[in-house]
Amino acid sequence: MSWPPTRPRGAGRPEREYEKVAAPKKGRSASAQGKPGRSLALILIAIAALTGGMFASGHTTPRLGIDLAGGTSITLKAKSGQESAINKTNLDTAVDIMERRVNGLGVSEAEVQTQGDRNIIVNIPKGTNSQQAREQVGTTAKLYFRPVLTTELANPPASADPTPSASGSPSKKADGTASPSSTATSSGSATPSATATSQGRAVTDALKADATTSPSAAQSASASPSAKASTSADASPSANGSDAAAAKLQQQYATLDCSDAAARAKTGVGAKPTEPTLACGQNAQKQWQKYILGPAEVAGTDVKKAQAVYDTQGAGGWKVTMDFTSAGTKKFASITGKLAQNQSPQNQFAIVLDGEVVSDPYVREALTGGNAEISGSFDQTEAKNLANVLSYGALPLSFEEQSVTTVTAALGGEQLNAGLIAGAIGLALVIVYLVAYYRGLSLIAIASLLVSAALTYVIMSLLGPTIGFALNLPAVCGAIVAIGITADSFIVFFERIRDEIREGRSLRPSVERAWPRARRTILVSDFVSFLAAAVLFVVTVGKVQGFAFTLGLTTIFDVVVVFLFTKPLMTILARKKFFADGHSWSGLDPKRLGAKPPLRRTRRPSAPVDPKEA
Amino acid sequence: MSKLGNLGARLHRGEIGYDFVRNRKIWYGISILITITAILGLTVRGLNMGIEFQGGAVFTTPKTSVSVAQAEEIAQDSSGHEAVVQKLGTGGLRIQIAGIDTAKSDHIKADLAKDLKVDPEKINADLVGPSWGEQIANKAWQGLAIFMVLVVIYLAIAFEWRMAVAALVALIHDITITVGIYALVGFEVTPGTVIGLLTILGYSLYDTVVVFDSLKESTKDLTKQTRWTYSDVANRSINATLVRSINTTVVALLPVAGLLFIGGGVLGAGTLNDISLSLFVGLAAGAYSSIFIATPLVADLKEREPQMKALKKRVLAKRAQAAAGEELVEARTVGGPLVDDEPQDAAPAVVGQRNQPAARNRGRGRPSGKRR
Repeated sequence: MSWPPTRPRGAGRPEREYEKVAAPKKGRSASAQGKPGRSLALILIAIAALTGGMFASGHTTPRLGIDLAGGTSITLKAKSGQESAINKTNLDTAVDIMERRVNGLGVSEAEVQTQGDRNIIVNIPKGTNSQQAREQVGTTAKLYFRPVLTTELANPPASADPTPSASGSPSKKADGTASPSSTATSSGSATPSATATSQGRAVTDALKADATTSPSAAQSASASPSAKASTSADASPSANGSDAAAAKLQQQYATLDCSDAAARAKTGVGAKPTEPTLACGQNAQKQWQKYILGPAEVAGTDVKKAQAVYDTQGAGGWKVTMDFTSAGTKKFASITGKLAQNQSPQNQFAIVLDGEVVSDPYVREALTGGNAEISGSFDQTEAKNLANVLSYGALPLSFEEQSVTTVTAALGGEQLNAGLIAGAIGLALVIVYLVAYYRGLSLIAIASLLVSAALTYVIMSLLGPTIGFALNLPAVCGAIVAIGITADSFIVFFERIRDEIREGRSLRPSVERAWPRARRTILVSDFVSFLAAAVLFVVTVGKVQGFAFTLGLTTIFDVVVVFLFTKPLMTILARKKFFADGHSWSGLDPKRLGAKPPLRRTRRPSAPVDPKEA
Repeated sequence: MSKLGNLGARLHRGEIGYDFVRNRKIWYGISILITITAILGLTVRGLNMGIEFQGGAVFTTPKTSVSVAQAEEIAQDSSGHEAVVQKLGTGGLRIQIAGIDTAKSDHIKADLAKDLKVDPEKINADLVGPSWGEQIANKAWQGLAIFMVLVVIYLAIAFEWRMAVAALVALIHDITITVGIYALVGFEVTPGTVIGLLTILGYSLYDTVVVFDSLKESTKDLTKQTRWTYSDVANRSINATLVRSINTTVVALLPVAGLLFIGGGVLGAGTLNDISLSLFVGLAAGAYSSIFIATPLVADLKEREPQMKALKKRVLAKRAQAAAGEELVEARTVGGPLVDDEPQDAAPAVVGQRNQPAARNRGRGRPSGKRR
């Protein structure tokens, strides 16, 4: 330690200035010298752990996109019955929604496109759970919150044959509606008023009078009579003659057998959201229950976001929570406020998904929090799928699967191999260049690149099963460019060190002085890349989002590797004689770098930077 | 190689250097010329959008023995467009071709039937929509717009608004050139191209920011001296980071060049051409514009500042004075505030170019303080 002895040499102002500047420097370099081993160990352990995790999970290669690995192709055909609804606009909307359902994060490389004028092709890369994907794209996901007018357990003994004819009429009626979702919103916008009577009027205004009189009557009347409400509801409109439909509904209800799958499938098909309908659903005891439901009060379009959560309290199990939009929140508060005043079963509302009641909670008070949850007998996958389809909205059309077939990679294997060979040659040239220019230092650069590559590979492999990440060709090319950006961090650092050596410093102080400046440059410039990645990931959808994800990932790796690997390794190697003495092959030879000997001579005796590193 | 190493040392000492800022008009001119060519190419030739963007025709064939590669060739010969061929689980082929209408599709169908030796009746022809739909494109534009605004704000805060403007100009310059050259070459635009362009977007800004960071550091406390104008220092800063710029560009370009020239040219892996071309042109343009466009532009903008104008005046006055009495300069430099025992400071060398020692003292502050 020659540092204290330098002080008495001159107690003037410059010395104090030196002390001021150098003291924190000493602190930092001391800590940096204690750290490098730890950081190196940290990152190596992290990589080892991740690699172990990768082998343990059994996914040792990244999942490849459909362009590289092929996959499954599903052809969906829009169901007839709503001929006028099958048009380009609705098909395009359906493509967008399906795309987001199967490719929520933009990283799974699924492709959705229209074919002809009524088909949609969904291509899913190999290794995806195609069964799950098929469920996701096929589910229409029309969600409605309807008040329960009456409900009872399904009666198995009832004969099944009247049901098909009965359910025929509502479905025929539905043919007239052009776009169910838009009707739902218009009825919704009319509802938020507080009192039951005004609500009834609003609905009446919005719709044809015949159907709506029955539910509004049921609701205004429901305060005093309890279970009879529904009967009175259909009794009164049947008097004015215009609605055989309501009576028919009651009659169908009497004969409906929900335990029969065929009957269930036809129940409530094509029901207008603005009309009362029949529905089936399973209760907590797994018994089928049948319902007459009022017009939809809140629709799936009012759901802003849905999420699958595991219910740790109470009964446990998976459930789906929903956040409503502000309009949806108002509507939901209004309906729950009204229902809370009713008696069972009219204090219940049914959550109807694609015609089936998935949940029928009762309401004690108005729910103004803007969220709701669906608890049913879900397992994790079901809950996640449901949350997923609810988040991205209902399809404007129903689809049936026409064919499912495998497809090979869109890029020829030979061409791909040729491309990879070319890329490898390019990489070899990079290494040759680095070795030729940086000599010994290139060891650090190459080791850092290897660490970076290992980290990228392992994380990408692990992201395959967890978030469905799939690597496509553009992403591979992007990773190649990322080599340039990662290498740039080392180059900036090395050039700073060399500049310091040219100033006449010896290696160790040079490293410690060069690092803060290189660090700032690296952080500032990587922040720009990360900003690009973050903005694009949040705002965009589809492949652009997938690209943003990869860019963000490689940028973070760049910073992690430089901080936890390159710098500590440099610090450690700076202690080695080979580098510290400036061996001509170390890449840090002061003579080769053109450091001026006189400069060194004049500095060395007084150079305070050297001793304080000791 | 040692020559290159020496180059770095000499650049560092300021013994050699190219005056980027003084010659900026030439480079502005070259850039404007290239940009105009690119825009002309874009408007005249237009971009040849792939099936992912504009849709096209899809042909589904029954089981056939023709290989995917052969079918691709046949389809491309017959249609004149890029074709995407996939083998289906049934043994048949799915052939997608961009930019085909119904009339043309019948003709191609007949061709395919003949070449694949299958019954034309059994080939199912249909039109497909884009898989990269309007929504994806619109959202991407929206994302880009938001990003541009944010990055300008960020650069204006982290650096200053002039640098933000210059970085943006450089970015637009790079993207325009890349798109224009892509149009001129006439490759089909695929999702790969778009991803390549987005990569360029990130890289161009990244590279500019690295150069600006060094510029910002070296122009700190600039007004406290009277030896160098902003342009002088900006120029020195470019030269000081030149080695880094060259190395980074080489390292980034080599793999991409491998893909483009060896892969696409020699080995015939045409599928990688789309992305590697956009990357190659974009990376080169990005490296070029950071040095030749962005930094001189900042210098241009800076020199309009009253402060910098005043500084320039002072510097010029001082230089005039120095020219008047050559020997006086020596005395002043040695006996001035920087009492340096370093020989090169005392040496009366080319004053205009040999700006390194002063900058070193100014930029880091510490060496002079220590020596005092």
